Amino acid sequence: MITLAKALNAGLRKAMENDPKVVLLGEDIGRLGGVFRITDGLQKDFGEDRVIDTPLAESGIVGSAVGLALRGYRPVVEIQFDGFVYPAYDQIVSQVAKMHFRSGGRAPLPMVIRIPFGGGIGAVEHHSESPEAQFAHTPGLKVVACSNTVDAYWMIQQAIACPDPVIFLEPKRLYHSDKAELDLAVPPVPLFASRLVRPGEHVTVVAYGPTVKTALSAAAAAEQEDISLEVFDLRTLSPLDLAPVYESVRRTGRAVVVHEAHVNLGMGAEVAARITEECFHFLEAPVLRVGGWDTPYPPARAEEHFLPDLDRLLDAVDRSLAW
Amino acid sequence: MSRFVQLLTPEGERVEHPDYEFTGGPDKIRSLYRDMVLVRRFDAEATALQRHGELGLWAPLVGQEGAQVGAGRALRRQDQVFPTYREHGVAWCRDIDPLQILSLFRGVDYGGWDPVEKSLHLYTLVIGAQTLHAVGYAMGVQRDGAVGTGDTARDTAVIAHFGDGASSQGDVNEAFVFAASYQAPVVFFCQNNQWAISEPLERQSRIPLYRRADGFGFPGVRVDGNDVLATFAVTQAALQRAREGGGPSLIEAFTYRMGAHTTTDDPTRYRHADEVEHWKLKDPLARVEAYLRRNGFASEAFFTELQAEADALGERLRAGVHALPDPTPHQLFDRVYAEISDELAAQRDSFDAYAASFEGAAS
Repeated sequence: MITLAKALNAGLRKAMENDPKVVLLGEDIGRLGGVFRITDGLQKDFGEDRVIDTPLAESGIVGSAVGLALRGYRPVVEIQFDGFVYPAYDQIVSQVAKMHFRSGGRAPLPMVIRIPFGGGIGAVEHHSESPEAQFAHTPGLKVVACSNTVDAYWMIQQAIACPDPVIFLEPKRLYHSDKAELDLAVPPVPLFASRLVRPGEHVTVVAYGPTVKTALSAAAAAEQEDISLEVFDLRTLSPLDLAPVYESVRRTGRAVVVHEAHVNLGMGAEVAARITEECFHFLEAPVLRVGGWDTPYPPARAEEHFLPDLDRLLDAVDRSLAW
Repeated sequence: MSRFVQLLTPEGERVEHPDYEFTGGPDKIRSLYRDMVLVRRFDAEATALQRHGELGLWAPLVGQEGAQVGAGRALRRQDQVFPTYREHGVAWCRDIDPLQILSLFRGVDYGGWDPVEKSLHLYTLVIGAQTLHAVGYAMGVQRDGAVGTGDTARDTAVIAHFGDGASSQGDVNEAFVFAASYQAPVVFFCQNNQWAISEPLERQSRIPLYRRADGFGFPGVRVDGNDVLATFAVTQAALQRAREGGGPSLIEAFTYRMGAHTTTDDPTRYRHADEVEHWKLKDPLARVEAYLRRNGFASEAFFTELQAEADALGERLRAGVHALPDPTPHQLFDRVYAEISDELAAQRDSFDAYAASFEGAAS
């Protein structure tokens, strides 16, 4: 059994072994192995030229990674915490996302920006955010979120192999708690595909990242009351892969989307709109969204109320069923 | 004003400098002069084309030809350039067809050249963002082992262009930090043209810009940016230092934006006409012409033929701009990603179907 953190580490190692152009950049990723130890041991084995401890400046990290990519490298950037990505926001949105487009396809930019995201670890301010919608809203970026150890191992390698820039979101609260056996004989799911993680009949639940586990717990609890939830892990947030979700909603007639990010203009809003467009005549209830409130992320001692948990998700399921 | 490196005075007199020498002969000087004349004509044509409604906007370089041609001609083929949006003279030196630059300002594309083939990255409009790209590119050069080998065809330098306004940007300062930390082979080339739109240099800096380098741990030098010979010599030395593994350096090319910031700007609202008149006396072209004529290094025929060449360039640009094809919506979808997603392809196909639904639409 390995943890999600170890799986990412193993995936990065594999990608570096397979392609000498893969270089890692970030704060404290070298000797320390990153604040979450995701890059543990990699600088020792691949050297300081490939696992680059950077000055403490996020825009500088992403901006210099752009230059490395233009020179033919495949940079993998670590942003230390979600709330610290904003100093690099201009480089990501105006430079990384648009380079292929601006150059008429002459300057592809294969790079990965890894961001530990989400809350639930009792952290201080700016350490628990879910900024995914801001990147999914940006044409030119691809955005994925892993939810489990096996996916983490494969998805990081697939993201690095992708010819386009990928925002790679890692559910930090699962880094050391999610564990799995890694069976390399089982072929990986494609990167830009959603996945049915639990079949069911009554309500379709759409989750990604840390809330997939919440959704599965909710499904187990609902089963005690003879309510059967069908759970999807989106995995890819841009592009979205919703065809399997549409098929599900046409059977269940009900859908609930759950994420930690603020509900207003979050991923749930897009998913709900698309389900409504594609499944209008099959819906028995409006698509409901469960997520963080439209407040800044709260101090740690209130985060349990902010984060969508099993009860808030089941409450939404009940409201959907009662419609 | 602090002293700067100058090798040719505004009056056209060659002067010596203890650290820098222009080693080229009259051929080289005529060639630099030709570049400046043609670039100035290109710029004037572009301004006129904007006034005629053929370009959405133009950012004139008039007054900065010496700085740009000096820097541009100091490059070797393998060196990589990261320009701002006003580097028309540098682009000229990289054999970019001026029509490709006009196409950007016309709204046809965001840069029609191949940044790798031409060793000139796309114009960058977000102020200072490209300086970080230059440093990252230079870090890649280091990893490729293309620094300090002694092989003149292999050792590579990177040059990052920016202006006095950009010197206040976080990205530029982060680029300085990263370049110094990794001793990256990059030259920071700041054209201090005295004005960031309406804001004078004093709003950006309390010390001469070249002295900023000291605080970051690499050398800085101020050069007379209106002196093409000095700018060439100083840039050549800085690039060579970078190629040899000597690390980054900063050049402040002290020059003046003779025109408006862009064609939408009105400099009469914020600066005095006598300031412009004062800088006219330091014109980068006039001093070279005076030098060439006084020393008999160029015949009258040279100037006449150059004038004819400039006229032909202007004619070609005027005709060429009209012939630039508008982009099609279909192309735009295909340029977003190296691998288009199913959902974007569906959006493209849906728009195609919508466009085709109109009567008389091309099938």
